[in-house]
Order: sequence, then C-alpha cells, then structure tokens
Amino acid sequence: MTSVLTPYLTAHWDEPDSFTLDGYRRAGGYRALPKALAMDPDKVIAMVKESGLRGRGGAGFPTGVKWGFIPQGDGKPHYLVVNADESEPGTCKDIPIMLANPHALVEGAIIAAYAIRAKRAFIYVRGEVLHVLRRVHHAVAEAYQAGYLGENILRTGFDLEIVVHAGAGAYECGEETALLDSLEGFRGQPRLKPPFPAIEGLYACPTVVNNVESIASVPAIISAGAEAFAALGTEKSKGFGIFSLSGHVTTPGQYEAPLGVTLHELLSLAGGVRAGHRLKFWTPGGSSTPIFTDEHLNTPLDFESVSQAGSMLGTRALQIFDETTCVVRATLRWTEFYQHESCGKCTPCREGTYWMAQVLASLENGEGADADLDKLLDICDSILGRAFCPFGDGAISPVVSSIKYFRDEYIEHSKLGGCPFDPAWSTVFGAGTGPSPVASAAGREDRGPASGNPAADAKAGG
Amino acid sequence: MAFSEQVRAALAADAAEIIARYPRQRSALLPLLHLVQAEEGYVSADGITFCAEQLDLSEAEVTAVVSFYTMYKRRPVGEYHVGVCTNTLCAVLGGDAIYADLRAYLGTEGDEATPDGKVSLEHIECNAGCDYAPVVMVNWEFFDNMTPQSARDLVDGLRTGADIAPTRGAPRLCNWREASRILAGYPDDQAAAGHTAGDPTLAGLRIAKENGWTPEPATDGGQR
Repeated sequence: MTSVLTPYLTAHWDEPDSFTLDGYRRAGGYRALPKALAMDPDKVIAMVKESGLRGRGGAGFPTGVKWGFIPQGDGKPHYLVVNADESEPGTCKDIPIMLANPHALVEGAIIAAYAIRAKRAFIYVRGEVLHVLRRVHHAVAEAYQAGYLGENILRTGFDLEIVVHAGAGAYECGEETALLDSLEGFRGQPRLKPPFPAIEGLYACPTVVNNVESIASVPAIISAGAEAFAALGTEKSKGFGIFSLSGHVTTPGQYEAPLGVTLHELLSLAGGVRAGHRLKFWTPGGSSTPIFTDEHLNTPLDFESVSQAGSMLGTRALQIFDETTCVVRATLRWTEFYQHESCGKCTPCREGTYWMAQVLASLENGEGADADLDKLLDICDSILGRAFCPFGDGAISPVVSSIKYFRDEYIEHSKLGGCPFDPAWSTVFGAGTGPSPVASAAGREDRGPASGNPAADAKAGG
Repeated sequence: MAFSEQVRAALAADAAEIIARYPRQRSALLPLLHLVQAEEGYVSADGITFCAEQLDLSEAEVTAVVSFYTMYKRRPVGEYHVGVCTNTLCAVLGGDAIYADLRAYLGTEGDEATPDGKVSLEHIECNAGCDYAPVVMVNWEFFDNMTPQSARDLVDGLRTGADIAPTRGAPRLCNWREASRILAGYPDDQAAAGHTAGDPTLAGLRIAKENGWTPEPATDGGQR
C-alpha cells in the first residue's frame, strides 16, 4: 500500500538525542557526505537536478538548477547562504527541523557548498528563536570536532567554514536579496534582480541562497538516490515535504508527505476540523498565498495544481480556520502584519499596505461601504507586480482572495454596522462555549477558474 | 553613561572575535548590536558609538540599521521580555485575548517594563510555532498553547522569581541580556538540554509509525 505520510526528515524526531551528532549518525547521518565528496561537484549538482527537488522556502525553484547557475572558474569566492529566517505566517517547519535534526541541515550545507565550490557558508537564523540558535551552533561545533567542517574535510582536500548568524527581527529578511543585505550589515531591503545572487550575491560574489528544508533534503537525495526521491510526489513536484497543519484542526502539527497530498487526506489523519465545526477557509502555503475554501479540499498540494486552482503551494503552511472565524478580521490582521513588516523601499507596498489596513479596519468595524471593496481591489492592482520583491504580491493575496470568496461577509459587516462574529467563538479556550455565528461561507461568489491574476479574478467575480 | 575602561576592553575583545568570523567586517554589525544590547539591556547611544568605531562606520549608518530591526530596543525593556503573537492564526485562536488581558493586567505595553523592571510586553508577529498556537515568547523562548490565565500565571512567576521553564526550549530561562549574548553568537551551555519536540511536532511521525508508512517507494511503483 502507498504511504500517505513519508517521514524522512522527521523520521527520528521522537528520539531524545536526535539533534546530536551521535543520534544523527545512528539514524544514518553523515553517510551522504563521503559519498558526495567522492563525486565530481558537477555530478552532485546533476544528481540534485535529477531528483527534481524544488526550493522548499516557497518559490519552488529547482534547487539543482540554482546551483548550476554558479559560474565556475571565475576566480571569485563563492558562498552558500542558508535561509533559516522562517517568518511567513503559518510556516513552522524549519524551526522543528533545526531543533530536532540540525545535523541534516549541516550535512546538506557541506554537500551543497562542495557542489558549488564554496568555502564559506552562512546559516542566517531568525533571531527570535533562542533554542534553535543553540541547537544550530551546537551541531556546527560538533561537525567541526568530527572533522566534517574546517580544513581538509574527511581528507578530501575540501575546506569549509560555516558561520551561524542571528537575525534581528524583520520578516523582509526572508526574501533572499534582503537577507543578503542584512547579512552584509545593512537594513534588510531587497535588491533589484538581475543580477541574481548566483552571479552577484553576497559581497557581489556568486551565491546560492537555499531554504533550510531544501538543504536538509540533500543528504536524503545523495543517500537514497535521485530516482528514489523523484519516485515520490508528482511529475513536476517531486519528493516529500513537510506540511504544517495549524489552527482549528483536531491534531495540529507536522506531517511529512509526498507533494501532491490533499488537505482532505491530511485532515483525515489529523482528526479533521475541531469537533463540532466545519472548514471555512485555509491557506495552502502561508498568508502570502491566496486563501482556499472547502471546495479546494481535494486539490493536490503540488506546485502546479495549487497554482491552477488560483493560489500557491508556498511553504505548505496549512492554516485552518473554521466557521467561527471572521474572514474580514483575519484579512485585517494579515494586512496589519504586512503594513508593519513592509521594508519601505517600494512606494506601492509601503503606502498600499498602510491604506489597505485603514480600509479593512473600517470595514471590520462596520464603518465601511460596499465601494470600499472596489477601493481595496484598486489598491491591490497598484501593488501587484510593482515592487522589487514578492512581498507586495503576497500582501494582496489575502485581500483579493477573501473578497473573491467572501464578498457577502464583507457587505454584511457594513449592513450590520459591526462585526457579526464574537472573537471568543474562535479561540481555543472559548471553544464550544459560544453559539455559532449566523454569517457563514454562504457568501461565496465566482468559483470559476483563476486566471493567475487574483486581482482580476476578484473583480470579474464581483 | 559611557562604558568603563574594563567593560570597553571586554566588549572590544568580543567584537574582534565576532568581526573575524566574516570576510567583510560590516557583516558583524548585527551581532555587534546584539552584543552591546547584552551589555546594557538595550542599544544605547554609547552602544551605537561603540559599534560604529569597531566597524569604521558613522553613527548615522549604525542608527539606520538599529531602527530597521524590531529586536533592537532603544530603551530598557524588562528582565523578561514577553511577546504575545497576534498574527492572524494566533490572534484568532486566542492571542488577541491574551494580549489584551496581559496589557490590562500588567498595566504596560509597547516594550515598557513594569515598575519593578521585571516584565515588559509587546505583541509580536508570527514566531513559527503555529501548531502550538496561541504562542507567547519570553526572551525568545517558546511558551506554547497559552490561555489568558496561563499567561497571567507566567508573568506572575516571572515577577516573583519562580522557577519557570519554556514549553520548548532551555530549562533555565535566560534573562534578556543573557539572551542577547546568545544572539551575538555566544551560546550558553544549554543546547543539549530541554524538551523540544512536543506532540504537534511529532503528530505526523506517530501516525506514520502506527501505519508502517515509510518514504521508500512501494513495490507497486509507489508513485502517487
């Protein structure tokens, strides 16, 4: 029988010493490294390409192809930078990887650095997770002691230094070029691309920036083989990934599965939506991916299918909201987040998120008018595609998609002169104590296929 | 208050080590700011001057970086800095209620410390612990599945010096300055300690084990 869940990265998380060198080695760790170091670096790149691994940080760019972009023989230093700045709302997979299995990240980083001919690597960990920093520092120190890092690694002549670097609180630094600016000691603001980091990255040298889960998946590919990895998942979204279920679900948590699994399958394993309630809306990959509803329960969670259905696979951060949740409030809170975190470089994003939050606040308080919905969508139009980085596009996702599916709920706020929901209904500690709200997901409109332009779809639907 | 000669010498020695980690010295700015925050509890004008001198930057250049990042505080915060996640998922599951209740209970907000200097409060964005929502952080350690009452108990304990351990993290809760030193790249000795994989972290693994599911492709081809 086919396995619905395929624990690989998560396979040993229940062992008390899984984060140590001994624990990792007992689980088969550091066997990929000598294998990789015995290969030609280009063969390692080819193997990762063949595996079909696509970036697990949200964008889904093929990891091996990214490595292949690094010019060789250019005489410049090359750098590997691990993006461990996990901050996309709903995303909570890299933190447990680094707490429970940091050596998979370290081993993957050594192999990646070898492949791209880098002698220095940086792990940029968001600052707000103290114990994660301890664990990553600890793993790197153990790897040095064991001779996996430093000079002449495993007597192959390959040298690598890894520096663990803590961020200081800025969502924008999860964007790769902003992360590089931050790592260079500046405000974390994005750079214009091209040039891409592969050509001019850290210190204007060829640089690969990869997500934690992408890098941690590399030892599995080297050990088990590209074919074994590619045998899981779908034709274009290969391999396994961690799906993070949170919110109004009976058993929230981390579920490692082949790409292409559906929310329906995952929810059945997780005991469904919390007892006595039903699914209202959810995000497939964090708050920057347009929301879905119960009509998308059977959408395969792979890059292509999710995109076809009008959203993005993103980081597989499945935030589940039941019918007690006010979608206007949820959208307002996400928008306030984007307003707070906009780095301020691009006017459409900086000003647009500010004004969207104002309009949404008045709508949530019942002081808005129906025309405000068009105003919101106009602002979204002015942000989409008009900023240096994908932040702006992400910021409009919840707004456009919530209006698309729940326009009537917005209008009901204006009619009632207030929010029809009691916030206590949706809390975990107030669960079951209050009545279910009258307003529901009934107000959905256009269910037609998405065009790929959420703003246009919402307008067409409205 | 300028640094004493002794403090300055110690800081300069640490700074030299930190700078040596990087191919270009300016990369050391973020850790250096964590370092001066560890010394004083916040990033003071003296701290900024110190960093500027170490890296041959102007104070304006350093200040521009400080003001960008929310973890650098320009005023003293509490010995225990409490962050309540009020990003959408935590907010909806109870973070809003927890934050509102704590604000009233402590009579403080916006990074300001209680009169005893023990606790300060801010609302924070997603801290990547969504499967444990609602989440509260204390000096950047995880306190999971909180309620208004458990949050009150937590801050009471912090103010009375009770023995408090995070849900997932080091068993000995660091104070704010100790935490800042770890951020500067000087971890303490607690890496191997502490419970870190709670039930949600292991939810999928448990089900897979019950069903005998593995990543190896099945003999029938295994492709979905």
